[in-house]
Amino acid sequence: MKYVDEFRDRGAAEAMANAIRRSVTRPWTLMEVCGGQTHAIVRFGLDELLPEKLTLVHGPGCPVCVTPVGLIDQAVALASWPHVIFCTFGDMLRVPGSRRSLFDAKAAGGDVRLVYSPLDALALARSHPDREIVCFAVGFETTAPAYAMAVKEAARLRLSNFSLLVAHVLVPPAMEAILSAPGNRVQGFLAAGHVCTVMGYTQYELLAAQYRVPIVVTGFEPLDILEGILMLVRQLEEGRAEVENQYVRSVRRQGNEAATALLAEVFEPSPRAWRGIGEIPASGLRLKPAYAAYDAALKFQRELAQTTGNTEEDPECRSGLVLQGLLKPTECPAFGVRCTPERPLGAPMVSSEGACAAYYRYRKPAMHETSGSREDER
Amino acid sequence: MCLAVPGRIVSVGDDALKTGKVSFGGMIKDVSLALVPEARVGDYVMVHVGFAISTVDEGAALRSIELFKAMTARNRSDTAPAEGEGGTTP
Repeated sequence: MKYVDEFRDRGAAEAMANAIRRSVTRPWTLMEVCGGQTHAIVRFGLDELLPEKLTLVHGPGCPVCVTPVGLIDQAVALASWPHVIFCTFGDMLRVPGSRRSLFDAKAAGGDVRLVYSPLDALALARSHPDREIVCFAVGFETTAPAYAMAVKEAARLRLSNFSLLVAHVLVPPAMEAILSAPGNRVQGFLAAGHVCTVMGYTQYELLAAQYRVPIVVTGFEPLDILEGILMLVRQLEEGRAEVENQYVRSVRRQGNEAATALLAEVFEPSPRAWRGIGEIPASGLRLKPAYAAYDAALKFQRELAQTTGNTEEDPECRSGLVLQGLLKPTECPAFGVRCTPERPLGAPMVSSEGACAAYYRYRKPAMHETSGSREDER
Repeated sequence: MCLAVPGRIVSVGDDALKTGKVSFGGMIKDVSLALVPEARVGDYVMVHVGFAISTVDEGAALRSIELFKAMTARNRSDTAPAEGEGGTTP
């Protein structure tokens, strides 16, 4: 067993889709929170297996997409500084800041390194004691423990040339913001399986009870997602609003207690602006005062003070609506025309988990027919 | 970003990060096992950015797969129309 192919069986997917069709009697709108799930849905065409009465909307669960323009500008400024080796995951590279992206900074001579793990950045800090290693700590609760561990390890090794530009965000406050928005149409959530692997799902039980909304913790393979949808639909049809766990092979109710203890030791909640959405209280993480020496925003405060200028989004980018499930990427007039992965207006077009990128990659032919008739592109 | 990939533990280290070897379909990588203290050689773990974040519960996975198989078999024996509008299964 490899825990992949077993969850991609076509016959089982058809059976699951039939079970969903038989269960649905009324129209329902469901949101998958995580961008990884969005990509699986679009890639495997899972939405096309569903009855018309079900609407899937894509949620804000793409940390790259919601990192605010001001933080990208800070990253670009740090990456342009000659003493700095700036480490980032690859999908941050082309995300546009107010004027430049990290890719532009790299092209202009900035030392920007793509890393697979925060531990790669830690290794650079040990091998380059004369350089400042700044790591762009982007990600949800799934990723934050890895950065917490890197900071603890840097402290243990007494590395003074390692710091994080922290952009971590938390899922439940974003779900609450969606639920309490006046125009909300989401009636049930597929919660993100790997976020819950770390955090467990007791926080989601509070949300389900308070907002009377069913939530199913769901994995990432096609059968996981279809089973999650089936469980959600059954709850909605039966009038239940509970938290159920589809992803039992990885998620326990209390989460990973070693990881949550580590998070609580190193990070604390903070207010955080979400790109395209706005500030959400207690929806981000910052380093605790004991680890302030590893906070790049504090360490380089004087240098960064000069970068606080215009941090406006490109006015044509509708990513805020996309991230809240209010607009499908293909409904955006700029999609595939003035906004492409090579020349993005906003982050969801370049992130590997962005909804716009998913539609561009897997649904482009259909889109080109429409745009080709209107615009003389290519 | 939240992608995690299942791999099988080949060895467990005893450094601060409990760096072990994990096999992803034959490709061996260094992975920190510090967050899964219960994991043993032979266990599958979900790995995210160089860290194992959970030990895969094999029993739970097998129960899911059995359920899928049962649903597939029932679906094949169903003579209900493919569109499902006339489906009669309770």
